[in-house]
Amino acid sequence: MNPESRVDQAILVDIYRRMSLIQRSDDRFRAVIKSGKIVAPYYSPRGQEVIPSAISVNLTDDDTICTIYRGIHDMLAKGVPSKLLWAEIAGKATGTCKGKGGPMHITHPASGVMVTTGIVGSSMPIANGLALASQIRNQGRVTVAYFGDGASNIGAFHEALNMAAVWKLPVLFVCQNNGYGEHTRYDLATSARQISDRAIGYQMPGVTVDGNDPLAVYAVARTAVARARAGEGPTLIEARTFRFHGHVFGDADGYMAPGEKEAAMARDPVPLFRRWLVEGGVPEAELAAIESAIDREIDEAVAFALESPVPDLAELHTDVLADEVAA
Amino acid sequence: MNAPANTLEKVKPMNTIQAVNLALEEAMTLDPEVILLGEDIADGQEGGIVGVTKGLSTKFGTARVRSTPISEQAIIGAAIGASIVGMRPVAEIMLMNFTTVAMDMIVNHAAKLRYMSGGQTHVPITIRTMTGAGFGTGGQHADYLEAWFAHTPGMKVVAPSSPADAYGLMLSCIFDDDPCLFIENLPTYWNPGAPPQVGQRIPLGKANVLREGGDVTLISYSRTVHDCVAVADKLAREGIRVEVIDLRTISPLDEATLLQSVAKTGRAVVVHEAVRKFGVGAEIAALLHEHLFGQLKAPVQRIGANQSPVPFSKALEAAFVPQQAGIEAAIRKTLG
Repeated sequence: MNPESRVDQAILVDIYRRMSLIQRSDDRFRAVIKSGKIVAPYYSPRGQEVIPSAISVNLTDDDTICTIYRGIHDMLAKGVPSKLLWAEIAGKATGTCKGKGGPMHITHPASGVMVTTGIVGSSMPIANGLALASQIRNQGRVTVAYFGDGASNIGAFHEALNMAAVWKLPVLFVCQNNGYGEHTRYDLATSARQISDRAIGYQMPGVTVDGNDPLAVYAVARTAVARARAGEGPTLIEARTFRFHGHVFGDADGYMAPGEKEAAMARDPVPLFRRWLVEGGVPEAELAAIESAIDREIDEAVAFALESPVPDLAELHTDVLADEVAA
Repeated sequence: MNAPANTLEKVKPMNTIQAVNLALEEAMTLDPEVILLGEDIADGQEGGIVGVTKGLSTKFGTARVRSTPISEQAIIGAAIGASIVGMRPVAEIMLMNFTTVAMDMIVNHAAKLRYMSGGQTHVPITIRTMTGAGFGTGGQHADYLEAWFAHTPGMKVVAPSSPADAYGLMLSCIFDDDPCLFIENLPTYWNPGAPPQVGQRIPLGKANVLREGGDVTLISYSRTVHDCVAVADKLAREGIRVEVIDLRTISPLDEATLLQSVAKTGRAVVVHEAVRKFGVGAEIAALLHEHLFGQLKAPVQRIGANQSPVPFSKALEAAFVPQQAGIEAAIRKTLG
């Protein structure tokens, strides 16, 4: 972290609050899923907390995101209420999507989470459309498309970046490069030395940033958001990071080099940033109070999710079409 | 709408290119949220490869009528994204075979976002696409693939058979709140027909009984409706009364109209240009047998294209599609 950076302390604490919320929520998700109280496929974002936290403080509720199956951190950072998120993951009627979407399809327009997709690469073409609407309506809203390093090898990435550049759409393409596409290491599947090199092919700025450095991600996102709002077009951001819990929760991680994960976990960005903030003068008690509030929020969300009713079976047939044509 | 009445327009025949163009123009005039996306659709690129969108970018600007890269996933993705925040995009996928490279966007996203979001978002897009054998375009430019989309919950599939129907159904699709796939037949684009009633929408999900008759029900949609009408007219001269139903909307299927007709006639033949096996005809035959088994006087017959890709050579291509003689023979078979 660059001590020369002058970022308002309130923003730094806000970034930390979002990171801590993600970390603590993830810890609980894994614990509750392990306990068997909630049964759901879970793609832990632990280790990737910094990226959406440092980006989202640059966004408003009117700005939108499209994210992917490993996206709980993106949703929490953007402001999806914990209760609704937990209830959706538990498959309950009180969830964001009434239990019909699940963890891979969380949607919450009020906080700008418009699409969560389970298909690698598909966040990007749809993000373009959200940005196109903003551009045509002259709304000044920006859209963030989150995706992983594996998604930069699928056709949708290339079609979407080209179109966004040609039309100067207000989009941030944010690649969370955690080093693995499912079980395959980056260099075995990706021809580019770094993902950001692909931006040159689409004549847009491409930036590689340490995705575990809150100040660096904040600065890069701030520039890209300003560029998008000014009508100057999209930016490709590659944020380097690491996932602590494999592809899907329960992975044996047998495809990783011995010690690789342990080394990454030893550089856990959440306690590192906390320590940096305290050393920089943020009162320890202030951070502790934030963490306690988060723990209470999660306690309430877990209880809400577990106590909520399952969807009425009539929900099977609703929301297929607008006029609910009988099956 | 206060458009001045043009008596000439009411009597002058119109083809499907003109009819769809008129519907798009009216929709864009009515609602600034209607936008068009597609390859070559702006006037700088000649207003579409057969001119369906001619004049629209000049009238409404290239912000709303956008020629796109040849990127079908990106076209449908952009339409979906704009639609979930309230716009009503009409995305052209030039040829129906090209929908295959956008299937993820159409099937996994457009069709499912309403359900997966618990109704918080929906995708009011219209996907215009053209197809049909007869132009010697071979195996990858002329398929009828409607059964795939009709098999996808959350999609509406519409296939007009005349200029006036194309006009009225297009307006309904644009202002419908679900993703609609709108299939235009390429070889009959230039055929003149009766002009539409300006401003009059044709409801989705409702079939059109084109000819009434008590002996047998002939069910079709898109281009093959014309073959059915021709066969019905021919058989009428022999005293065989054929009821011809144009589905207009394939999905959701107007089951009530089909069941009512076949309950009356006791016989049915389904005709489409798509290959016969696993097609829309199979679904309709199953529906009729499920509901009317005891009342049927003969098994439901299905007529579709040959079980092969569309061939190039003119002789083969002409033989590939359903023939009027085949339709007539199927009808006679049901009559015993």
